[in-house]
Amino acid sequence: MTATVITGLGVLAPNGLDTADYWSSVLAGRSAIRRLSHFDPSRYPAVLAGEIHGFDAAARLPSRLLPQTDRMTRLALVAADAALADAGVVPAELPEYGMGVVTASASGGFEFGQNELQNLWSRGGEHVSAYQSFAWFYAVNTGQISIRHGLRGHSGVLVGEQAGGLDALGQARRQNRNGTPLVVTGGVDGSLCPWGWVAQLPSGRLSHSTDPAAGFLPFDERACGHVPGEGGAILIAEELTAARRRGARQVYGEVAGYASTFDPAPGTGGEPGLRRAITLALADADLTADAVDVVFADAAGVAELDLAEAEAIDAVFGPGAVPVTAPKTMTGRLYSGGAPLDLATALLALRHGVIPPTVNVRTPAPGIDLDLVLAQPRPATLRTALVLARGYGGFNSAVLLRTVDH
Amino acid sequence: MRLLTVTELLQVVRECAGGDDHRGAEADLADTPFEELGYDSLALLETAGRLEREYHVKLTDEMVGEARTPQRLADLVNGELQRR
Repeated sequence: MTATVITGLGVLAPNGLDTADYWSSVLAGRSAIRRLSHFDPSRYPAVLAGEIHGFDAAARLPSRLLPQTDRMTRLALVAADAALADAGVVPAELPEYGMGVVTASASGGFEFGQNELQNLWSRGGEHVSAYQSFAWFYAVNTGQISIRHGLRGHSGVLVGEQAGGLDALGQARRQNRNGTPLVVTGGVDGSLCPWGWVAQLPSGRLSHSTDPAAGFLPFDERACGHVPGEGGAILIAEELTAARRRGARQVYGEVAGYASTFDPAPGTGGEPGLRRAITLALADADLTADAVDVVFADAAGVAELDLAEAEAIDAVFGPGAVPVTAPKTMTGRLYSGGAPLDLATALLALRHGVIPPTVNVRTPAPGIDLDLVLAQPRPATLRTALVLARGYGGFNSAVLLRTVDH
Repeated sequence: MRLLTVTELLQVVRECAGGDDHRGAEADLADTPFEELGYDSLALLETAGRLEREYHVKLTDEMVGEARTPQRLADLVNGELQRR
């Protein structure tokens, strides 16, 4: 059996415009959650977000890409550039059909779409951009990354809300096994515009807090919903022998196991699918629960979902038996970008031997019996990390990452 | 009647589809196919929509598809302007 390893990371997060910047923020517990500034949120019940500031698309991308791209696509393209550079991959030097792109998407290009809808209703159909045909689309990041770098192998997009970012890596691994040695994967998301905002409000899961330090408190007794953010991470997934053959400069870790499950229909009373996803991922990796050194939680920030996640973790590992963390408390939930950012964070944790903290959370809610890594990073010997993600609508996914001996 | 120059047309193309990497040698660009200038069919559709709105002409997709160079697209618009 072949192995899939991660050889490059491209991070673009609210609290870090590149991987090094992000990692130092995470270790310092630096949160980017603030009152929204991309638009005036005062007419909406939710006002906090994890925004990216200081991103200059015109300085990073060719001018021809600007008229045809949503903000989240520009972020994805820059993250992909960074990931390929980090992996030392020059696409022109490798077989074009041996490289694919599989990203996750949760909502597509909302801001671009909002502008064109405004053109449509206020000025007429002839004022709508021809680029609207694809700029809003779920697969647009995959397509634009593929075109920019000439990556013509198996490609696609996974739509599973926050879980989709892990499913994309699962699909990338499948393509590695099927003979595409290199896959650009992960996800970058962001729809911090009025249309994107009102589309999220009906979920009932958005935090209505106005206090950045108390807006997103997963597992805490004060949990009050989540704060949305923008950004994510692009990862280079390579088949291990192919990576070694081309002289990859580094291997962050191996994708040792992956599984996804779906929740039972609402109201049927069945157990949510998260525990099964963990168990199946462990079986896929041929690992037992005691091999897992840290869990990066989905961390919904909604009381009943937090409890369900804690129960799933406890059912597999035992109460308080494994350290659990949620660095996304510093960025908000990034939807399709969230799990890829957690994967990047977990790989950096494995490399540096430190578990990044969950910020602002103080007192776990009744029934939450987890060893939460709060406030400060915790040094630890880490060989295996579990990353969990749940997507609105019943998606559950789990990925096991482990270090690779040199 | 004021007609559209190739320079003006290229300015519209740039505003619609980006690209400022061939400024300066526009005499040479007039007969260079859009494809070689890096503009695809969607870039031309976007440009044609703008030309229709600004010059009050009607350009069908087929007409635009056959105007393969800046000069020919400018001629097409000017032909429609003169027909009115």
